[in-house]
Amino acid sequence: MLDLLAVGGLVLLRDSVEWEGRSLLKALIKKSALCGEQVHILSCEVSEEEFREGFDSDVNNRLVYYDLFRDPLNWSKTGEAFPGGPLGALRAICKRTDSGPVTIALDSLSWLLLHLPCTMLCQTLHALSRQDVCPGDSSPVRQVRVLGLLHEELHGPGPMAALSSLAQTEVTLSCTMGQASAHIHCQRPRQRPTHQTQLFSILPDFSLDLQEGPPPESQPHLDPHTPPVDPMAHLTFNLRLSNKEREAKDSLTLPFQFSSEKNSRLYCTLGQVRLPVTSSMSQMLMMTWTKKTQMTT
Amino acid sequence: MFPELNNLLNTTPDRAEQGKLTLLCDVKTDGSFLVHHFLSFYLKANCKVCFVALIQSFSHYNIVGQKLGVNLTMARERGQLVFLEGLKSSVDVFFQAQKEPHPLQFLREANAGNLQPLYEFVREALKPVNNGEAAWRCPVLLVDDLSVLLSLGMGVVAVLDFIHYCRVAVCWELKGNMVVLVHDSDDAEDEENDILLNGLSHQSHLILRAEGLATGFCRDVHGQLRILWRRPSQPTAQRDRSLTYQYKIQDKSVSFFAKGMSPAVL
Repeated sequence: MLDLLAVGGLVLLRDSVEWEGRSLLKALIKKSALCGEQVHILSCEVSEEEFREGFDSDVNNRLVYYDLFRDPLNWSKTGEAFPGGPLGALRAICKRTDSGPVTIALDSLSWLLLHLPCTMLCQTLHALSRQDVCPGDSSPVRQVRVLGLLHEELHGPGPMAALSSLAQTEVTLSCTMGQASAHIHCQRPRQRPTHQTQLFSILPDFSLDLQEGPPPESQPHLDPHTPPVDPMAHLTFNLRLSNKEREAKDSLTLPFQFSSEKNSRLYCTLGQVRLPVTSSMSQMLMMTWTKKTQMTT
Repeated sequence: MFPELNNLLNTTPDRAEQGKLTLLCDVKTDGSFLVHHFLSFYLKANCKVCFVALIQSFSHYNIVGQKLGVNLTMARERGQLVFLEGLKSSVDVFFQAQKEPHPLQFLREANAGNLQPLYEFVREALKPVNNGEAAWRCPVLLVDDLSVLLSLGMGVVAVLDFIHYCRVAVCWELKGNMVVLVHDSDDAEDEENDILLNGLSHQSHLILRAEGLATGFCRDVHGQLRILWRRPSQPTAQRDRSLTYQYKIQDKSVSFFAKGMSPAVL
């Protein structure tokens, strides 16, 4: 998953109500900041204090924060609103002049998509993520990476497909075998798309803890646009046995499986004839034979 | 308030958290008992409550509140409760001259763009005053319910913006709480309502979802309640906790029990 930070372009983090993606976004921001990159954050859904919570000073000092949370639509008329609203904030990020690799985090793309026309947002994202090319400028090419948090339940297939077509990488958050997982779909120019599933957890300091993924044969080819269904999500019983439980089960003798000793006790000798019978049937035959014997004597 | 629900939520009026958004939703049942619970809970917690009641009359909430141990009339008189009675106020919008924008001004306007007047009403109702009044614990905004705003012609983005600004003012600036009810249209394919429900779910710290039983009406089990604790900005190492209980609504209380463990069947 850390390869996400090695390439530029647009990275979509698709989350859901059950599997929120802001913590992964913060983990990737922390990773970028600790690599020495400048990180620009456009925050629409949470306050600056809440967003910076959990980051230490090394990370916080590298964050350039654009606050669209407090007064995004200029209702308060106090002059604290961002000039130009959401579009003005995006354009301000486009005009930044810092050199070197840059990470731009949009929290969230869903909020922007609800307030801006999809075409305008896509054009702005394209301009943002393509700023590694500066025509007519002799300054060195700089790598720009745009991380966009997207709540996939809020948008229809049209806008989702438009954003997917712009993205180099899509990360869909869900659950695999009871563990948080990221299904990563990479689509780079002139290369075949790749799919990967990565189990992970995020520590309280927003460090990323990658775990070993599921066996390759159990990884389905996932359509990144359909959330995978976990059949074990809501079971009230265990489907698997531990080693101890399996041994106990294998060593259990079932009532209808007879040992040779039990078999020989059930054989009933009638004259010179040995008949294999069940215990209840043998009792009945014994009673009948006993009665018959008593009657004839 | 319902003590058993407090136990499930691990909270009491003395230990109420601050700065939280609680989302109530109901599907195939009536979840209004949750509204009555939180109204009485926060009044007993000595919080200042602004109640935007768009569904029922004041007397309805007062009658139910008295069963739960709170008197809304007295709370309103002493300034603890600011009550916007939507059913009554909506008539005032049309038949009374308004000098200032009315909170429900959007009912008069053909192309109402936003709910800013309603937000200004909430902000004014909950702003701290320093005129010697009793100090209330923290402000609380209660809305019953948001789905009706969509039915009255507001767009989903306008409703989400209204909640956004209320969150800024109530939860962030004033460190208060919000409780809002949204109906889940389930299979009615109401796209705007689904966007509203999902959009609020992403912002919520606690989601209480009342569901009707899949098997239909039952005399002894009225529904089931799913409780989901969320931490919108916290690491996923601490997984969101989820519980499901069935419930039966009685005259003055609601009893909760594990699924299939109704006293009627034990």
